[in-house]
Amino acid sequence: MSKINKAFAEGKSVIPFITCGDPDLDTTGKIIREAAKNGAGFIVLGIPFSDPTAEGPVIQEANLRALAGGATTDRIFDFLKELRKDVSVPLVFMTYANVVFSYGAEKFISLCAETGISGIIVPDLPFEEKEEFLPVCEKYDVDLISQIASTSAQRIPMIAEEAKGFLLADAGNCYEALEGMLSEAAKHTDIPRVAAADTESIEEMVKISKFADGIIVRKMAIRYIEQYGKKAPEHIGAIVRMLNKEI
Amino acid sequence: MSNTDGRFGIHGGQYVPEIMMNAINELEKAYNFYKNDPQFNRELTELLDEYAGRPSRLYYAEKLTKALGGAKIYLKREDLNHTGSHKINNVLGQALLAKKMGKKRLIAETGAGQHGVASATAAALMDMECVVFMGEEDTKRQALNVYRMELLGAKVIPVTSGTATLKDAVSEAMREWASRIYDTHYCLGSVMGPHPFPTIVRDFQAVISREIKYQILEKEGRLPDAVLACVGGGSNAIGSFYHFIGDKSVRLIGCEAAGRGIDTFETAATVNTGKVGIFHGMKSYFCQDEYGQIAPVYSISAGLDYPGVGPEHADLYDQGRAEYVPVTDDEAVNAFEFLSRTEGIIPAIESSHAVAHAIKLAPTMDKDKIIVITVSGRGDKDCAAIARYRGVDIYE
Repeated sequence: MSKINKAFAEGKSVIPFITCGDPDLDTTGKIIREAAKNGAGFIVLGIPFSDPTAEGPVIQEANLRALAGGATTDRIFDFLKELRKDVSVPLVFMTYANVVFSYGAEKFISLCAETGISGIIVPDLPFEEKEEFLPVCEKYDVDLISQIASTSAQRIPMIAEEAKGFLLADAGNCYEALEGMLSEAAKHTDIPRVAAADTESIEEMVKISKFADGIIVRKMAIRYIEQYGKKAPEHIGAIVRMLNKEI
Repeated sequence: MSNTDGRFGIHGGQYVPEIMMNAINELEKAYNFYKNDPQFNRELTELLDEYAGRPSRLYYAEKLTKALGGAKIYLKREDLNHTGSHKINNVLGQALLAKKMGKKRLIAETGAGQHGVASATAAALMDMECVVFMGEEDTKRQALNVYRMELLGAKVIPVTSGTATLKDAVSEAMREWASRIYDTHYCLGSVMGPHPFPTIVRDFQAVISREIKYQILEKEGRLPDAVLACVGGGSNAIGSFYHFIGDKSVRLIGCEAAGRGIDTFETAATVNTGKVGIFHGMKSYFCQDEYGQIAPVYSISAGLDYPGVGPEHADLYDQGRAEYVPVTDDEAVNAFEFLSRTEGIIPAIESSHAVAHAIKLAPTMDKDKIIVITVSGRGDKDCAAIARYRGVDIYE
């Protein structure tokens, strides 16, 4: 069983999403520790990209803050090597295709394996283009995470059947779509299904967790960083703890 | 160029978020049907001829030719089209396609405003709602075009994210399309983005080289020795090149915006200074840093101020079939003034990049050689900005 699968072994998973280096890597490290301590199943780490075309303004800003703070792919890998000395919580990357491509897929993904990154989510790499990184991901046993969206409809079976690690159902700003997306996906795969939506409401997150094996805490986590900066770790820890109780 | 898989060599593809996949698949299917539909083609031809004023003239620039003292120069006058640039060719095609697909709303990105104006025009003509995304910087540089779009009934949304220029307008338009694909068509303005856009836009712009070919055969009885066009995303250039790609004797020269020079950071010369990457739905050349972060680009021309280039150009470059040369702001402004004075034709600052290279190239060629320059748009929109560049304090 892969490390990601283990995250779902003890019930539904709470999965914070943060951007590495927002506002600095030191804070990122503290958030990871706090989230792990409070029971996060795993953590999605964004590698900042200058032009995150799939994101709304809140996450765009997080990317820009991180870049302005000097986060680069090299520094993020160095940071992870340090972090892995005493932190074992499963980690997954989220970044844009050009970040991986320009670094060299082989080098990037082998470093993922080396630093305990269990999977990568690449929002601008749809099913049709997954061959770009899939062979290298398979070589290093890093899952290339498949995604479905609120508009996927008849594409869900095709995507779900080949999904590895977990399937990410990202509803963006229409979280009502998640129930349908997830129940359709469940017919076509046994791997855990994780829900994401651009909601900041605990109530809505609890609601969507009913249809999923895990929920990504994205907009709320980023908002906390935006608001509290270096003091964000304890707040994010508290949210993880609370959601863990609720779902 | 056959590219059913959306690839041009290693370039192209469909690197977009899953949320857009059904929309681009639907578009591809509809396009594959309508491109061979006689009724669609009749309607489009009628729009192009009766409404946009095609075919555009291939004009022998005798005074320019004599002033440069070398190759004979023809100008392909896309500046004479309705709305003042080649953008209308693509927009009429896409708006008609969107209408056939049952879409009620057109959205578009724009840099200089030419594509935005063309989109607003087509939307007005075809009774569609129109929303244009334009970088906030560009809304200031091209204030008159903002007014023009609004006059035509479009809503202009200034984009403040990122560098607030063309690339950010593209990103915002993509985000908007992803959230409203049920009633909206994204009328992309250049030969870029995910498949099928580079092919659709190329096909709609290929009318330029189809006309150049028969016009030059009529006038000269032979093919030109070189075809020059400016390249940002590359739609007027691919339109000018397309029907000559198989004619190996014709040099195809794309003129990129070098800004303050390709040895500075203030440049938008993608092929000359960029490297292969994946962005805005395609694999192609992009200006970027060592970690793949897209670089802020600069050119005096808002229409060429884009960090990428269409995938078919990237492939023509890889194959060595087309050349891509850098042209600085200074050279473009000189050409803008030179063509105005010699021929009484004020070219768009974008097109002036192609004129600038012709000024260098023509004198090196024999008098029996022929150059065609595509004047992609007219320069009225640029007069105030060029005046300011020359230190004259004029605002629109």
